[in-house]
Amino acid sequence: MIRVIAARELRGLFLSPLAWMLLAVTQALLAWLFIILVHDFQNAQGRLTGLENAPGVTDLVVAPLFQVTAWALLWLAPLVTMRLFSEEQRTGTLDLLRSAPVSASQIVLGKYLGALLFLLSAVALVTLMPLALLAGATLDSVRLLAGVLGLSLLAASCAAAGLYLSSLTTQPLLAATATFGLLLAFWMVDAAGAGQEASSPIFTYLSLPYHHDALLRGLVRSEDVAYYLLFSGAFLGLTIRRLDNLRLRG
Amino acid sequence: MHFHPVAHQTPMLVENAMTSETLVSVERLSRRHGQIQAVDAVSFTLERGQILGFLGINGAGKSTTLRMLAGVLAPDTGRIVINGADLLDQPRRAKQSIGYLPEQPPLYRELTVDEQLCYSARLHGRDRAASRQAVVRVKERCSLAEVGQRLTGALSKGYRQRVGIAQALLHDPPVLILDEPTVGLDPVQTQEIRALIRELGQDRGVMLSTHLLPDVQAICTHVQILQAGRLVYTGALADLRQHRQSTGLRIGLNAPPPVSELARLPAVTRVEDLGGGQFRLHHAVGAAPHAALLEQARTGGWELWELTPERASLEQIFVELTLGRETVG
Repeated sequence: MIRVIAARELRGLFLSPLAWMLLAVTQALLAWLFIILVHDFQNAQGRLTGLENAPGVTDLVVAPLFQVTAWALLWLAPLVTMRLFSEEQRTGTLDLLRSAPVSASQIVLGKYLGALLFLLSAVALVTLMPLALLAGATLDSVRLLAGVLGLSLLAASCAAAGLYLSSLTTQPLLAATATFGLLLAFWMVDAAGAGQEASSPIFTYLSLPYHHDALLRGLVRSEDVAYYLLFSGAFLGLTIRRLDNLRLRG
Repeated sequence: MHFHPVAHQTPMLVENAMTSETLVSVERLSRRHGQIQAVDAVSFTLERGQILGFLGINGAGKSTTLRMLAGVLAPDTGRIVINGADLLDQPRRAKQSIGYLPEQPPLYRELTVDEQLCYSARLHGRDRAASRQAVVRVKERCSLAEVGQRLTGALSKGYRQRVGIAQALLHDPPVLILDEPTVGLDPVQTQEIRALIRELGQDRGVMLSTHLLPDVQAICTHVQILQAGRLVYTGALADLRQHRQSTGLRIGLNAPPPVSELARLPAVTRVEDLGGGQFRLHHAVGAAPHAALLEQARTGGWELWELTPERASLEQIFVELTLGRETVG
């Protein structure tokens, strides 16, 4: 049942020009960045060869590319998730789901999966670019995989937050704005104390980039994976509760 | 008048309850919307083969009741049993037995009719092959065959309504809940939808809400009238028709006596002064005050110039039940 709902969600996304536009714009901008990075790397190669422990193509091309992809996810996710529930509440199609023999968790997970698959396809498209380098260079495959895992987990978190905020309103744009704001807040939450010694470790732990950076360096720590899973799980749980509440509140 | 105000009683639909199958039973269903008691202790049952019309003015609680029956809205108190399954304890089993058409047909604008119907069938647990068969079946039944490839967002209101009904029928549920199925349709479409619902009601239990009295007269076997969340009338349509035997007399007098004198006529329950020497005499069913009236008019010199027996239309009954409760016995 989750699959059926996810499939419709994904189909709905790809039937709208918005989804294609988002993919095209992201891909174009990141491709531009990728070309610049590769170009710079080629120029720097002469100077790098003399160095011991010189940074390789993974450090100088893949890591910055994935860093910017993470930022791209911050604005991509709100636009993809904004309609998930708000639109259905506005047009009344949510009644179809609620009168069907499916549970609230199935509805939420189905929709979540649909949006997540879309974001993952964007991540996959971006990953194709460094993979193209395999033709002429060697990549640190573990680091590459860790980076892809980081982006996927980030996408999962962003989608969950967007899904929840979309269930709170009937206006997609409101949901998108709120999601963007929330994600940005989680992105910058440790900025306040960054310069100071007294910066609370809680804020650092809460921040999205702190965990993403580790994965970007090829460091797969269970702490970071757990953070993303908890983040996503919390928002999914909130969404299920919200859906049950809607039934009570009318 | 012999209506049965049954807001707090077991419904009166017991005549055939022994022989037929109860599909829906509702006990003391209540629901508040903020300060407003939208539905207040409503109880009734629905048997297979019945088409039950919910009548009421806007805001009487029709939609709220149907939404609760469809499992879209949770009741504050009360019990709903659908085809043997409690809607709150076993929601998925109960919902398998329901086909629901909300006020707005729930259609995804970006899907074609075929895709929409197929999705809905799959949501109700049909696999791909069974869904495709079901879609072909309901399209034929609802005359949608030629619009299968059209986007639902591009359809006219009448077609959207039909797709909505088709969607409710896909999993062949024994209970159909239709919220204002004929609203916004042109007369031809209205006729078609009515015929379809009548046909569907033969082997199912159908509940529909409407504020259009002709709908009820054309489709329903049973009627329930809701007013401010309470059930003020429930019964078979045939019973309601009986009440439409002459229950009023319209008279015209050139020299009318005081109204109190007219009210003293035998069997007259109420007198309405219509102005210009015209009056409406309400009287009990079966007891006609004609003879006494003619006699009095002759002896009193009232100069009778009009005497028309009036049948209370369904509309009058409806208005009296929902607004002028004072005439309800």
